[in-house]
Amino acid sequence: MSLTQDLLAQNTVQLNSKIPLGSIEDKWDNYKADMKLVNPGNKRKFKVIVVGTGLAGASAAATLAELGYQVDSFTFHDSPRRAHSIAAQGGINAAKNYQGDGDSVNRLFYDTVKGGDFRSRESNVHRLAQVSVNIIDQMVAQGVPFAREYGGLLDNRSFGGAQVSRTFYARGQTGQQLLLGAYQQLARQIGLGGVRLFNRTEFLDVVTVDGRAAGIVTRDLVTGEIESHAAHAVVLATGGYGNVFFLSTNAMSCNVTAAWRAHRKGALFANPCYTQIHPTCIPQSDDFQSKLTLMSESLRNDGRVWVPKNPNETRPAHEIAETDRDYYLERLYPSYGNLAARDVSSRAAKRLVDKGQGVGPLKNGVYLDFNEVITRLGRDVVQERYGNLFEMYERIAGENPYEMPMRIYPASHYTMGGLWVDYELQTNIPGLYAAGEANFSDHGANRLGASALMQGLADGYFVLPYTIGNELAPMLGKTIPGVDHPEFKKAEQAARDQYNGYLNIKGTRSPDWFHRELGKIIWDRCGMERDEQGLKQALSDLPALHEEFKTDLNVTGDGMSLNQTLEKAGRVDDFFQLGMLMCRDALSRQESCGTHFRTEHQTDEGEAKRDDENYCHVSAWEWGGDAMSPNLNVEPLEFEAIHLATRSYK
Amino acid sequence: MSNSIKNLTLKIWRQLGPTVKGTFETYNVEEISDEASFLEMLDYLNERLISEGKTAIVFDHDCREGICGTCSLMINGQAHGPQRGGATCQLHMRTFSDGDNIVIEPFRAEAFPIIRDLMVDRSKFDRIIESGGFITAPTGGAPDANLIAIPKPVSDSAMDSAQCIGCGACVAACPNGAANLFTGAKVAHLNRLPQGQPERFKRVEAMVETMDEYFGSCTNHGECEGACPKEISVDVIALLNKDYRKAKFASRKDLAR
Repeated sequence: MSLTQDLLAQNTVQLNSKIPLGSIEDKWDNYKADMKLVNPGNKRKFKVIVVGTGLAGASAAATLAELGYQVDSFTFHDSPRRAHSIAAQGGINAAKNYQGDGDSVNRLFYDTVKGGDFRSRESNVHRLAQVSVNIIDQMVAQGVPFAREYGGLLDNRSFGGAQVSRTFYARGQTGQQLLLGAYQQLARQIGLGGVRLFNRTEFLDVVTVDGRAAGIVTRDLVTGEIESHAAHAVVLATGGYGNVFFLSTNAMSCNVTAAWRAHRKGALFANPCYTQIHPTCIPQSDDFQSKLTLMSESLRNDGRVWVPKNPNETRPAHEIAETDRDYYLERLYPSYGNLAARDVSSRAAKRLVDKGQGVGPLKNGVYLDFNEVITRLGRDVVQERYGNLFEMYERIAGENPYEMPMRIYPASHYTMGGLWVDYELQTNIPGLYAAGEANFSDHGANRLGASALMQGLADGYFVLPYTIGNELAPMLGKTIPGVDHPEFKKAEQAARDQYNGYLNIKGTRSPDWFHRELGKIIWDRCGMERDEQGLKQALSDLPALHEEFKTDLNVTGDGMSLNQTLEKAGRVDDFFQLGMLMCRDALSRQESCGTHFRTEHQTDEGEAKRDDENYCHVSAWEWGGDAMSPNLNVEPLEFEAIHLATRSYK
Repeated sequence: MSNSIKNLTLKIWRQLGPTVKGTFETYNVEEISDEASFLEMLDYLNERLISEGKTAIVFDHDCREGICGTCSLMINGQAHGPQRGGATCQLHMRTFSDGDNIVIEPFRAEAFPIIRDLMVDRSKFDRIIESGGFITAPTGGAPDANLIAIPKPVSDSAMDSAQCIGCGACVAACPNGAANLFTGAKVAHLNRLPQGQPERFKRVEAMVETMDEYFGSCTNHGECEGACPKEISVDVIALLNKDYRKAKFASRKDLAR
């Protein structure tokens, strides 16, 4: 018997993924034909809470309100337009086949499953590919200024992991334009009264009554007031947890709090160890560094990656002779060269930096050199292609990449893991949904470029508005628990106690200090490469540091006014607990797949070695009462439409 | 290569709440790497304040790569500081020299009440968008995206104004506290596109009237363009005025009927 089946027999929670019947092409149509509907006049009798206003949250809130539901939308930002979806640069995939190059829904489906290294649920991914075409229509109708050809039709570019051009883009600001489109649709509903907006309001807890999500508890960040909100259904569209590394390309306030506290209330957390590292970010420059900035991966089309052969090299880059340079990607991967896959080139950079061959003042980067292409094509051509990126680099690093090679290094960027959801995007708590980066469903062990925006909008515009109705229809006429229910009062009191607790420790270290130390452990032990010894070490270091956090935290100010230090304390506390689960998950998955690279499991060429016999499953963890004793549940992954194959880009 | 900047004197606005009197407090930063960003310098100062048992300075920030529009700050009297075409989060300490005095204030405008210290309430911008800064396109009914060909120059110029990050620097820099650059940028984005035509005049009327409720009047100083981190041109204000005038004439005809 395989390990998957052994584990399945020990599941503590009944996991029903609710995959509809029929062939892969028919599943979504079959679902829609069979689902229960709420009559238009009855929709206003239902209240839905949507937490988060990024692509998934804003599009879900706007669409649910258009349908007639009463929607309460929550964001901790000052405005819904600030969510971190805004920072996505590259583009959004869709199987439009506008270029006539052989794209189709099935091909996008296949590329996404293969890109995820066969660790995602087939039926969800196929639906994603199907609705991708509707997203582009919808966003153009809203006025998103996608790039166009001179003839006026939409332009496409190609992206990693695909052999067709299916990526739609708006300069280097695709995420911004899509988010503003969704935000404007949300704003229209706020103006019409269909959505009530709660800005500068942070989610603290989900409240369950008789096993069903009954509402949420929030904290008004300006007044410190803790309040309850009741609803028929709750959607968490609260993003990923990449900031567990402290240094990442995420925005400063991105956090895992909503997903984590839902997890503590019983929602399963799936595949937390699948975290994506992006190879081309600007390296850390000093100890005060607060975040890392991503440079578009497109730069690798023309830049050559190298390090000096001599670890004690002191000359500036342009004085180092060709023979003293190691163009290691070209040497190690002759066929793909500088365009080797994200995870492969990230690990190669890490190994050389670990060997002391890194460049820059902290010796923590590798060179990305444009000298060859500038000589070959001229500076004007390079400026046309990458002008804005070069300018952005110079602004941050203070060096001119036309003269000095850029310095780059990998950084945490996106998290594929998240709350476990079924085909309807419902967690194992009835009435509680997770959408966008907050759920685990579509990207498996690795996400392809330009697919995050696609998934966020697919969930919010084209999936949740259907599946939530199916859940709500039978609730018509039933009364739901109000905010005076004892469970709400209990959750409010727990939240007050928790935040007062942080204020009363009066230790010596700030939340940021703990976050930085936590990030170092996770990055070293559960980053680009993991091994048993390192993960075990992390699982002994993390609880010790968390103990210190609980006794030596210093939060100044008070709880009844705006206090950013206090907000941060709650988020760091949750990151600690998530970090432990990440390491536990990475330790238990004794294979390499996608971004999860266990050094014990690699091929002779240093590629990830999967173990489909024993690990072709989703690991969904149940909170076991404390952060160190979670219960593992598995959902076996079945591949009917696609054959399990070794992922290779050779 | 990394050097350090020494002996900075910071005069920072501290204010407990919207109705409490605020004041400048002086802080010294003895040494900071020139690689640090301006906001990292404030992080560093805050860490020190916390270790001294004092409350940290409150300021808005998030993406730290110049796109979310959350950060603000008047630095030595300039919105987003001395650099052009960038937000405060993109400003680095290498712009400053040893011994500099730096005055840090919140964005000041009647429509942006101070919440605490350097954080202001810019939600009036959302009210403007809610009144008309959208195209009515309910989910599900959209035709194929390539059905309408849009000339590249039209699409490009819509994109130029769609880049606005909604930070409020234009309002803070304006002697009248006007929001015409912000409103004009959204009107120019949507009114230039074919999809925006059906609601063109209704949109501009609603947005301008909401804007007038909260913000000052534009008298063409052009300070907004100089402060804009996305360098949006004041031309959008001309378009805003032109469309508003047309909308008003059109509705006068409607009234006469």
